[in-house]
Amino acid sequence: MLVLGVDTSCDETSAAVLSDGRTILSSIVASQAIHAQFGGVVPEYASRAHMQLIVPVVRQALEAAGVEYGQIDAIAVTNRPGLVGCLLVGVSFAKALAYSLDVAIVGVDHIEGHVFAARLAEPDIRLPAVCLIASGGHTELIRVDAWGEYEALGRTRDDAAGEAFDKVGKMLGMTYPAGPEIERKARGGDPTAFAFPRAMMRRGNPDFSFSGLKTAVRYKLDDMGALPEGDELRDFLASFQAAVVDALVIKTMWAVEDSGVPTVTLGGGVAANAALRERLVEDAARLGVSVVIPPRELCTDNGAIIAAVGDALLARGQRDGLALGVSASR
Amino acid sequence: MSARAESLVSTSAGESRELGRALGRVLEAGDLVALYGDLGSGKTVLAQGISVGLGFDGYVSSPSFIVVNEYAGRVPILHIDLYRIHDTAEIEDLGYRELFFGEGVAIIEWAERAKEFLPDERLDIHISIDAPDRRTMVLYARGDRHARVKSTLLKLWRERPQDENPHD
Repeated sequence: MLVLGVDTSCDETSAAVLSDGRTILSSIVASQAIHAQFGGVVPEYASRAHMQLIVPVVRQALEAAGVEYGQIDAIAVTNRPGLVGCLLVGVSFAKALAYSLDVAIVGVDHIEGHVFAARLAEPDIRLPAVCLIASGGHTELIRVDAWGEYEALGRTRDDAAGEAFDKVGKMLGMTYPAGPEIERKARGGDPTAFAFPRAMMRRGNPDFSFSGLKTAVRYKLDDMGALPEGDELRDFLASFQAAVVDALVIKTMWAVEDSGVPTVTLGGGVAANAALRERLVEDAARLGVSVVIPPRELCTDNGAIIAAVGDALLARGQRDGLALGVSASR
Repeated sequence: MSARAESLVSTSAGESRELGRALGRVLEAGDLVALYGDLGSGKTVLAQGISVGLGFDGYVSSPSFIVVNEYAGRVPILHIDLYRIHDTAEIEDLGYRELFFGEGVAIIEWAERAKEFLPDERLDIHISIDAPDRRTMVLYARGDRHARVKSTLLKLWRERPQDENPHD
């Protein structure tokens, strides 16, 4: 079965063709280059940008997969959570295409897509698993009992992990999104040079909080007067990054231990961070649980993970009609 | 600032949350609260309190990346964050009319990014960081309805039991 996955829930316009729920035939994520092709300003997110990009992105996904429109068996589209205006672009497009091709359409929860990245990376992954989803907008710990059966264990009470990276980067004069630049500039730094807080680190409390860390960084910078440079900047960033990674990994591993699951997985844009990936691998090895860390391109937003969820929903007999709506929340 | 502006001081995140909760209790559908203040000033903390006061007991996290969170309180709550908005075309693209002139209560963080699009009737709260645990909040009501909200809030706030420990 060939499923076309479409996602317009946030910044990227993406589409992918997935075969039998496992094999990614193509996955296209609209880049700045495609934006540039249409000229003008590149908004960080905008329904208008999605509107310009959706048709060429889907067309490119089909071409790269070597598939004609008529060969698509079903369409999976993100319909929650996200900006309603953005979601509507993908959903309206998917409905029109499903109607014209006379194929099934199914609405997908974007966060569930991030959970499925691990399944695409490792089809034989052993469940149950604890999955950490960390991105700019979300930070959640989810227990995956089966594909489609989840238990929310914890989530952020204020800022998301990716948001902490971006806002701290902004204080240091970096541009959005600052995560990759912080990771690069922190390399080789001393993570113990600055004492930044790890919030809510009580066992039994699976929620995260990054707002206090952001504020602590701000006060530290105020104290220092001038922005750190050179080695000091490297140590500063390494210390900040360690505070985020510590909070994420320690809480994730507590959840793994307490629930006795054999597997831990990652998803979401922050999962592209090398310090996080390395630390999770180390701690999982120490606990003797297996770890599935999807490749970066599956962690960041993409249509393949949406198609994967759609394939699983369809296999369970779920269908949405042309009345499929969108929702800002989950 | 005009004579209609009044300022309050909060000495902890817990106290700011309590102030938000008191405000949430007096808000009604159609009201709009615009929050202004630097990174780390506590806009989200205030929004959390407001949501509790509006009867929502779930998670209220920062919508900086996703722009809008919706919560079901005794009236619908739209928690909007314009942190990532940088020009007016983006505000128009967002569908600001539905967001700012909706049916429930709208709470807008980084409201300065949408100055010329905000409704004339609203409650502005400017937060400044005086010290790590001290914030000054300047309240400015625009329009009669929000002037009543402000005066009821200030009355509630000044008459609140002082021995109660604000939960953090």
